[in-house]
Amino acid sequence: MVTEHAQEFETQDLLLNVGPQHPSTHGVFRMVLSVDGEVVRDVVPYIGYLHRGAEKLCETMDYRQGIGFMDRTEYLAAFNAELSYVMAVEALAELEVPERAQWIRMILCELNRLSSHFMFLGAFGIDVGVFATPFIYAWREREELIDLFEEVSGDRMMYAYFRPGGLAWDVPRNFKDRVRQVLKSARQGVADFNHLLTENEIFLARTRGVGAISAAEAIEWGMSGPSIRASGVPLDVRKDEPYLKYDQVDFDVIVGQNGDVYDRYYCRLMEMHESIKIVEQCLDKMPDSGPIMPEKMPRMLRTAPGEVYIRTEAPRGEYGIYLVSKGGNRPYRLKVRSACISNLQALKDMSVGQYVADAIIVLGSIDIVLSEVDR
Amino acid sequence: MTADLFGLELNVWADAAIRLVLIVTLMTVVVMGLIYLERKIIARFNQRIGPQRTGPFGLLQSVADALKLVGKEDLRPRSADAWTFELGPYFIFIPVFLGFVIVPFVADWHIRLLDLGLLYFIAASSLSIIGWVMAGWGSDNRYAMIGALRAAAQGISYELPLVLALVAVGIYAGTFNLGEMIAQQDVVPFIVWQPMAALIFFIAALAELNRTPFDIPVGESEVVGGPFVEYSGIRWSMFFLAEYAALFIMSLVFSAVFLGGFLWPFGDDLGRLFQAALTTAKAGLFFFVVVWIRISVPRLRIDQLMSYSWKVLLPLALVQVLVNGLVLVNGWSEVILLAFGLVGVAVLATVTGRAVAAPRIRPGAARRPLAPAPAHGEAAS
Repeated sequence: MVTEHAQEFETQDLLLNVGPQHPSTHGVFRMVLSVDGEVVRDVVPYIGYLHRGAEKLCETMDYRQGIGFMDRTEYLAAFNAELSYVMAVEALAELEVPERAQWIRMILCELNRLSSHFMFLGAFGIDVGVFATPFIYAWREREELIDLFEEVSGDRMMYAYFRPGGLAWDVPRNFKDRVRQVLKSARQGVADFNHLLTENEIFLARTRGVGAISAAEAIEWGMSGPSIRASGVPLDVRKDEPYLKYDQVDFDVIVGQNGDVYDRYYCRLMEMHESIKIVEQCLDKMPDSGPIMPEKMPRMLRTAPGEVYIRTEAPRGEYGIYLVSKGGNRPYRLKVRSACISNLQALKDMSVGQYVADAIIVLGSIDIVLSEVDR
Repeated sequence: MTADLFGLELNVWADAAIRLVLIVTLMTVVVMGLIYLERKIIARFNQRIGPQRTGPFGLLQSVADALKLVGKEDLRPRSADAWTFELGPYFIFIPVFLGFVIVPFVADWHIRLLDLGLLYFIAASSLSIIGWVMAGWGSDNRYAMIGALRAAAQGISYELPLVLALVAVGIYAGTFNLGEMIAQQDVVPFIVWQPMAALIFFIAALAELNRTPFDIPVGESEVVGGPFVEYSGIRWSMFFLAEYAALFIMSLVFSAVFLGGFLWPFGDDLGRLFQAALTTAKAGLFFFVVVWIRISVPRLRIDQLMSYSWKVLLPLALVQVLVNGLVLVNGWSEVILLAFGLVGVAVLATVTGRAVAAPRIRPGAARRPLAPAPAHGEAAS
């Protein structure tokens, strides 16, 4: 009866503009939702508000100057971003990185993954509607990590600490103790989030079965990182093509089942345990002293002509650097393969047919960093 | 005609006017206090300190905020519907304040104890939905409109369990007059005999007040504040004033109906000051739990919200009314009520858990079956 009656009316979908100024677009992302009542019928994303031409700018600069730009493409996991870049430069310049520097890099990258995932947990908590609490809890733990990064690199977000060939300078003498201390609080933080969100029934009701994407579709969209692992694809560059010393540590690739928002959240949470495990193993295996730069570093870093694609597993997925050199001291072409932009492609598939509130948490669960999307 | 106000013989109209002015002034101060308290409580839960710089212990923070809001420009979007936009806040604010007429703060301190007081309270406070819709429509903003329609749907849905929970208590007490209701609770508060009605009332009150987990109409992360997204300055503060005044009156009504208001169950009455302290403590308990829930749980989705009211709360509230009627007609012992109430609470908790855990029915296409995950090497290649 009611439905027959309703069909007599000509109804029109409402266009709802979300962003670029909206509390839960995580930066300057904009999407236009086509809304039928409360149900999303179409999603049109707009990106580019944060485009700075970082790749192009790098072509005008010395290899070492480019590191700072790579930090800024992925400001929540800058160590991971610069790692890809310096590894690409090292591959072209044929530099051998000392073992100790590799361990330190690995520790810092995993800690950066922790801090980035904490950031995700906090922001996601706000997306599902808990007032401030998860955000503050996440920031408390992240603050510990960032303090450590500051002690090591001198900066809280834009580290520029990895250099082609090794590290800018050695870590502080109490590095290992400090890392162990930070890991302790991080472990507590993960446990807190388990209590605060994972065991909350409303949270489960909101996230389970929402925004599901199948493994096949996720692969077609070129997703990577926790977002694709949640769909059941064990894709992890650290396991598939081990770089640094990842072949010498023991860790599991966390894989979800349903590919819904809950799985994407839970995969990240579980990954943090694995990161803690990796860092602990690194601390045991890392030599206490040794060089952090190759003995013969050229004053002017020049590379042979050639091209290279290096990918590493950043917190949001595969962060790749495609670097073309025609000789000389600067890149001829630099291309960043951003994980976020590929993951974001699937936004429409995930959110069409869901409620408006679901579209928001779907966006949150992809965990985008807009500066990486737009570069 | 004369009336008695604190021992003064006054004209009825003058008496009423003085009482109203007193109440409105008191409310504004109380609302400021509530906002301060909420910020402090939330800060403690968040391991922060909260306001501390403005005045001793940050006590003047709300005053500073109010002054700032008064000083701000009263903006109105050019495309807004002028009348509905400007009047919306008052239509939210006035019905809420009308509710204070029936609340007894202490034994002889109230405006009017109407015989159908609770009915009046519900009727008056539900009028504010009109204000929400006016604000949403008048703003000419799509977030505001969605928020307003959500508020209307939610307000109407949760009005029913709220009313039925009160009706159940009214049947048991035999009156809708809050003063008489409190007088009957001198030994045992009604929450003991009516635990399920109290729980249903509490949940529905959360929804009526748009508090987490039912803050869908104003959901910050979805509709950016809902109906008041376009408001600024003094008009915006009206929404806030109304929200906290509604919270305060709801806690007063809860404490009066279920917790015995200003009465102390174990002993003699100790005077007006003690009664006021008791009222504050009982209402404060309600307020604290509301804040506690606010900072702990996520927001529900609109479909979950609606089905929870219609499929869970409403039937249980109806059963409570039925049982209360049977007990009254047959003259059974109150212990039966207590037993039923406890069973009811257990049922409510179970049903809520099951409803939350139920698989989700998506409004759009049926959920796509997930393709089996490819083998490890295959995916990586």
